[in-house]
Amino acid sequence: MNFDFSDDQKLLKDQAQKFLAEHCPPKAVRRILDGEDTYDRALWKRIGEMGWTATAIPEEYGGLGLGPLELCVIAEELGRAVAPVPFSSTVYLAAEAIMLAGSGEQKKKYLSKIASGELIGTLAAAEGPQPLSPRAIHATLKGGKLDGTKTPVIDGEIADIAIVVARTSDEPGERGIGLAIVDLKGAGVSRKAVKTLDPTRNHAAITFKGAAAEALGAPGTGYANLMRVLDRAAVFMAFEQVGGADASLAMARQYAIERYAFGRQIGSFQAIKHKLADVYVNNQIARSNAYFGAWALSTNAPETPEAAAGARVSACEAYHVAAKENIQTHGGMGFTWELDCQLHYRRAKLLGLAIGAPRVWKEKLVAHLEKKNAA
Amino acid sequence: MDFNDTKEEAAFRAEVRAWLEANAQPRTEQSGFARARMSEADALKRAKEWQAKKAAKGYARITWPKEVGGLGGTPMQSVIYGQEEAKFDVPTGFFEIGLGMCIPTVMKFTTPENIARFVRPALFGEEIWCQLFSEPAAGSDVAGLRTRAERDGDDWVINGQKVWTSGAHYSDYGIVLTRTDANVAKHKGLTMFFLSMKSPGVDVRPIRQINGGANFNEVYFNNVRIPDSQRLGEVGKGWDVALVTLMHERLAVGGGAGGTGPDVRELIALARATELEDGPAIRNAAVREKIADFHVRTQGLKYTTYRTMTALSKGQVPGPEASIGKIVSAVKLQDLTHFATELEDMGGYVVGDGAPQDGAFQQAYMWAPGLRIAGGTDEILKNIIAERVLGLPADMRADKDLPFAKLPTGR
Repeated sequence: MNFDFSDDQKLLKDQAQKFLAEHCPPKAVRRILDGEDTYDRALWKRIGEMGWTATAIPEEYGGLGLGPLELCVIAEELGRAVAPVPFSSTVYLAAEAIMLAGSGEQKKKYLSKIASGELIGTLAAAEGPQPLSPRAIHATLKGGKLDGTKTPVIDGEIADIAIVVARTSDEPGERGIGLAIVDLKGAGVSRKAVKTLDPTRNHAAITFKGAAAEALGAPGTGYANLMRVLDRAAVFMAFEQVGGADASLAMARQYAIERYAFGRQIGSFQAIKHKLADVYVNNQIARSNAYFGAWALSTNAPETPEAAAGARVSACEAYHVAAKENIQTHGGMGFTWELDCQLHYRRAKLLGLAIGAPRVWKEKLVAHLEKKNAA
Repeated sequence: MDFNDTKEEAAFRAEVRAWLEANAQPRTEQSGFARARMSEADALKRAKEWQAKKAAKGYARITWPKEVGGLGGTPMQSVIYGQEEAKFDVPTGFFEIGLGMCIPTVMKFTTPENIARFVRPALFGEEIWCQLFSEPAAGSDVAGLRTRAERDGDDWVINGQKVWTSGAHYSDYGIVLTRTDANVAKHKGLTMFFLSMKSPGVDVRPIRQINGGANFNEVYFNNVRIPDSQRLGEVGKGWDVALVTLMHERLAVGGGAGGTGPDVRELIALARATELEDGPAIRNAAVREKIADFHVRTQGLKYTTYRTMTALSKGQVPGPEASIGKIVSAVKLQDLTHFATELEDMGGYVVGDGAPQDGAFQQAYMWAPGLRIAGGTDEILKNIIAERVLGLPADMRADKDLPFAKLPTGR
């Protein structure tokens, strides 16, 4: 039994944690929260220099050729730090989609620039407040031209390229959906900032009017590829969520030790103890489910969709609970703009919805369980 | 990252497997039902025979040194044996308390002569041990116990009552925690002994539980006389001895992830078989969401156990995540069986043969409250996580500096 990260991977995690403690303290996150910039450019540049964006990209495309496990440990630390950089959009979504479905030429063109940190990418899937489904896609891709509006698009204002989910034919269901790579700086693309509950990550509404788009993947495979990309992203995001949930618990614990009421530390009251013990249990459950997701990705296991859904459902729940109970433990102070509790409460909401709400992933999970336990 | 054995672990697994195949029958879906129908006397007889076989091979206690009848193996080998044995139809449940908690305590605190006398028969299943700690007025607060031991020459005389003693009715020996000084603070006036359960003045009465079973007992002590040579540890140091016993309880690794009742697989089977007002339950969105919620708890616990085993496999001490098992599994069992009975709706409170799945959900629903209490209540376990894992300050104690005799008491 070796259900753990290797010593090298743990070392990478420690380095990432120290690096982010120095270069991404809460005040750096708050600078973005307060609207001084759309993302932390200096941090993003350093992350590129460190090679984090290159982690899982093959060496022939300028990457480090490491695997998903290395990416998982970095993700956990980015989540812990609530890093205000376009990492998940560029690495888990855009790069993974290109690695999965891109032609040799597309990989060559985009992956090396992602690896070096020069290029910011994203996925433009959502078209308003509803779950993803073939029926919900109205943007159209015909003859290399894209039309329609995508919103919210994470890092939509700052991204150089987007993987866009669009209708490619009138065929009903999944077969009518395709993916395309679009240069967001090209003609026919207009972007407008969208305010969200988590201003530490940029969001935009992007309108395409005859924008040039290159197809990503074979016709008819777009939706299936999208699902595979989201499965993989779910695992990486689960690690961000687990990191954030642990950070929330650490904050609550620290406050419960320092804060006195009724003549004693509030952490000595069972009302607080039991609350934080529950958070700890949730976090451990989520961590273990995330590890299983990591194992599935690292071995290309047939269980990947089930493992990814389990990791996501568990991590969404854990981060939500940890972030809200962190505020609760801080009492009135937790509700102030001044304290950092809000950073996790906001990020938990973003990560919990950005690639589909838990409700949708629970349905996916049970569909897989049904197949596995076929009567 | 993988789930594979190391080369040595694989070799040990193969060895254990071969021995089990030669000595036991593979477990089938019917094994559990057959065991449930067996009388306790028959089950005990079968368990003793199996224990003797295991002990002769050294498998009764894998991690104990060979000198005392163990295999001198690693904790990981112990886990591997447990995994393999679980695939066979062998009787369990009679020796775990004795060998897991009582005998390690006895070995640490008694004479070489007593070790020579008692360890081997316990290992071979010839003598069964029980643990006499809890009392009517001392449950979670076990140091508040009132059973008295008074010195009389070279003997001690014990009077009082214990409760929740698992297996006392078939046990031969027990370790008993007593109060020897009521005029000092409660933790300081305790002393531990061991005794024969056949001693004159020991009266064992089974407790009937809400699920109809009787796994536990009340044990009354009426002028029970035992020699000072059966004292474990110093007079007044009984709490330290008890902590050794309880530490061994916590070292028991690998459980918690199931085996205590119906789980998600059974719930899916029920949902497939059950018709709701709008079709099969398995097609109902609310039902599916619940199945997913239970599934991630079950799997999360399973993979947490794998993380613990990984630490053992590398020769490390498992991390604090090992402490979450019972809290998660007990609450889940209660919630899941509650939900299952709601799926069965107007017939969901029928028990026994007429009920779906032979009433397994109803049976487990009535057992679940006990699981949330036995071996540390949910609340005590949360205190332990909060204080020992998270490092939160200890609770304020109203009884801290008072002599035991001056403590306020209610019912």
